[in-house]
Amino acid sequence: MKHLSEYRDAETARRLAAEIRRSATRPWAIMEVCGGQTHSIIRNGIDQLLPPEVELIHGPGCPVCVTPLEVIDRALAIAARPGLIFCSFGDMLRVPGSRENLLAVKGRGGDIRVVYSPLDALKLAREHPDREVVFLAIGFETTAPANAMAVKLARDQGLANFSMLVSQMLVPPAIEAILRSPGCRVNAFLAAGHVCSVMGTWQYPALAERFGVPIVVTGFEPLDLLAGILAAVTQLESGRHELENAYPRVVTERGNEPAQAVIAEVFAPADRVWRGIGPIPVSGWRLAESYREFDAELRFGVGDLTAVESSLCRSGEVLRGSLKPDECPAFGRECTPRTPLGATMVSGEGACAAYYNYGKARSPGGEGSESR
Amino acid sequence: MSGPDEIDFAGYSCPAPLRDSSQVILGHGGGGALSRELIETIFLPAFANPQLDRLGDSAVLDGQGCDVAAALAGGGRLAISTDSYVVRPLFFPGGSIGDLAVNGTVNDLATSGARPLALTAGFIIEEGFAIARLADVVDAMARAARVAGVPIVTGDTKVVERGHGDGVYINTAGIGVVPAGIAVGAEPIRPGDVVLLSGTIGDHGMAIMSVREGLAFESEIRSDTAPLHGLVAAMLAVCPAIRMLRDPTRGGVATSLNEIAAAAGLGVEIEERSIPVAGQVAAACEILGLDPLLVANEGRLLAIVPEESAAAVLAAMRSHEHGLAAVTLGRIVAEHPGMVVMRTAIGASRVVPMPIGELLPRIC
Repeated sequence: MKHLSEYRDAETARRLAAEIRRSATRPWAIMEVCGGQTHSIIRNGIDQLLPPEVELIHGPGCPVCVTPLEVIDRALAIAARPGLIFCSFGDMLRVPGSRENLLAVKGRGGDIRVVYSPLDALKLAREHPDREVVFLAIGFETTAPANAMAVKLARDQGLANFSMLVSQMLVPPAIEAILRSPGCRVNAFLAAGHVCSVMGTWQYPALAERFGVPIVVTGFEPLDLLAGILAAVTQLESGRHELENAYPRVVTERGNEPAQAVIAEVFAPADRVWRGIGPIPVSGWRLAESYREFDAELRFGVGDLTAVESSLCRSGEVLRGSLKPDECPAFGRECTPRTPLGATMVSGEGACAAYYNYGKARSPGGEGSESR
Repeated sequence: MSGPDEIDFAGYSCPAPLRDSSQVILGHGGGGALSRELIETIFLPAFANPQLDRLGDSAVLDGQGCDVAAALAGGGRLAISTDSYVVRPLFFPGGSIGDLAVNGTVNDLATSGARPLALTAGFIIEEGFAIARLADVVDAMARAARVAGVPIVTGDTKVVERGHGDGVYINTAGIGVVPAGIAVGAEPIRPGDVVLLSGTIGDHGMAIMSVREGLAFESEIRSDTAPLHGLVAAMLAVCPAIRMLRDPTRGGVATSLNEIAAAAGLGVEIEERSIPVAGQVAAACEILGLDPLLVANEGRLLAIVPEESAAAVLAAMRSHEHGLAAVTLGRIVAEHPGMVVMRTAIGASRVVPMPIGELLPRIC
């Protein structure tokens, strides 16, 4: 595990944490945008190294969490069709739709496959020319290049039995929506390093300037995260609000231009509904007009399917950072990782699921609900 | 349809069953001549032992290397266990379904302190499964039984229609005897007890996953499947009152530790830095977004031992072939009862939760 252990060194972690403690003189709320960062924070216990002044708010960057209910319902409707092969990333299988999840459809005989890449779905389409193969393309700018490439290859290879249910989301519009929302408590953002490795950082200086918030491009290893938090605290304490790249070993200003070119060819900007947040204008991608023949929504006529969120679930406020998971009345009662009402309780990266386990630690022997 | 006006049946007979079929057909499970042939050509030569060779409806364990009465004499107690094995692919680096079927049940007996004496084997085979492949599975199983030193003394074969099985499923049951004076779990787990782990974790699960996902590494990840009763005996020889033994199979070490914490009504504290994970396994987990603590093992042992015996038990483990890389993983504590808390590599701590269900890789 060369090239990783150097970013997990306990001694350097202690030094960075001490520096954050020294720097922070007032309460600051910092939002890490990406679910991968949330996961690393929880898994490594980084939040516990921070002084009480520094609060981390888990942002809407878990692709599983923000995929809207109606996309899940459309996926369920498509996946249940006899003879069809439905491909998805693993952790989407447990996400509840209006009535059930993909695991339930699989249990009833639906042919649902966990794949690691859309190219695996393409391979299935080649191997089963007599069957429809559908890939559920969710995620942020990070999954977009491979997903776009898969559609492009499907056309090049004449794979007419392949299609894609697209729910691609974009990070910068979500950051802007959070900053515009009433009661926004976020003082600074840790921007998602992998998103920036694809798209570059050029979109962020304007946001930082307009809303007066520091935005620090941050990686995912413990030392990356601590360095990002330190940079954000340092800016806040000195009254600055700039874009700062704390992940320069991966991220450049212009990003990965060939990847951006594929995305621009295959996808077109679209309004998107974010689960728990609501509609955000021009916050995602759909297939471009010239690739509509690969759009599973059109092919299977599920585009009109709409859904209503559980009235008990307040994951939107959690995702915006205005409600802590354990402040939700359903938390640990109607809503647990085993019986999730919203996606933030499903994914290991989801803020509610993370709190559920963390809360249990604070109330020995009890369920998460006792931690309130 | 046109044909001869009169058919002369003289000289016709029922066709004999195809003796040299290369695939298992429904008739192989019917109990008749085909079943007998499968037993005589595949199972008996591989498993050969006096009890099985009698081909009775049940095996009578009356000596000949498998004398239960003798083992029970002087206060031994009978232990019995069963498990079913479904795995795809059937063969994987480091083992096969046959190895799992033997070692899994042997280990279930071993974790209660029992010395395994005999196994049974039930096969559910899908119609169309290649007989040569079945022979490979049976040979692997026979080899594992010989290595473990536990005979397979009786068995059963059923064939299900094509599409109603996944090649072959195996059930094994085992009996064993807990020797007099051995009392795993007799004393309750107490704060201060030490958690020992017999070797690296996640090898089996990632061996299977990397075959399924087509991950290629410099050297392949091999399953850790192994019979653990020898290791257990060596540990019990230095500490007859081991508090608890677990083999962390499905659900991994995290599940076993949570079960231990719940059963004891105490907390478990582990050190992330003490968790042995082979480099390739760590890399595969990193790529697939999995936590090695949740990945299955088939030849590893977790032991809870009294503090005063911990050093001796650890030494005994390290001098056994299946415990060479044994480590002290953590401790039982009075705090946070029912929960497993890990001190992370960077010096913070986090709860190690009980996994919910199927291991699902994360997207990012």
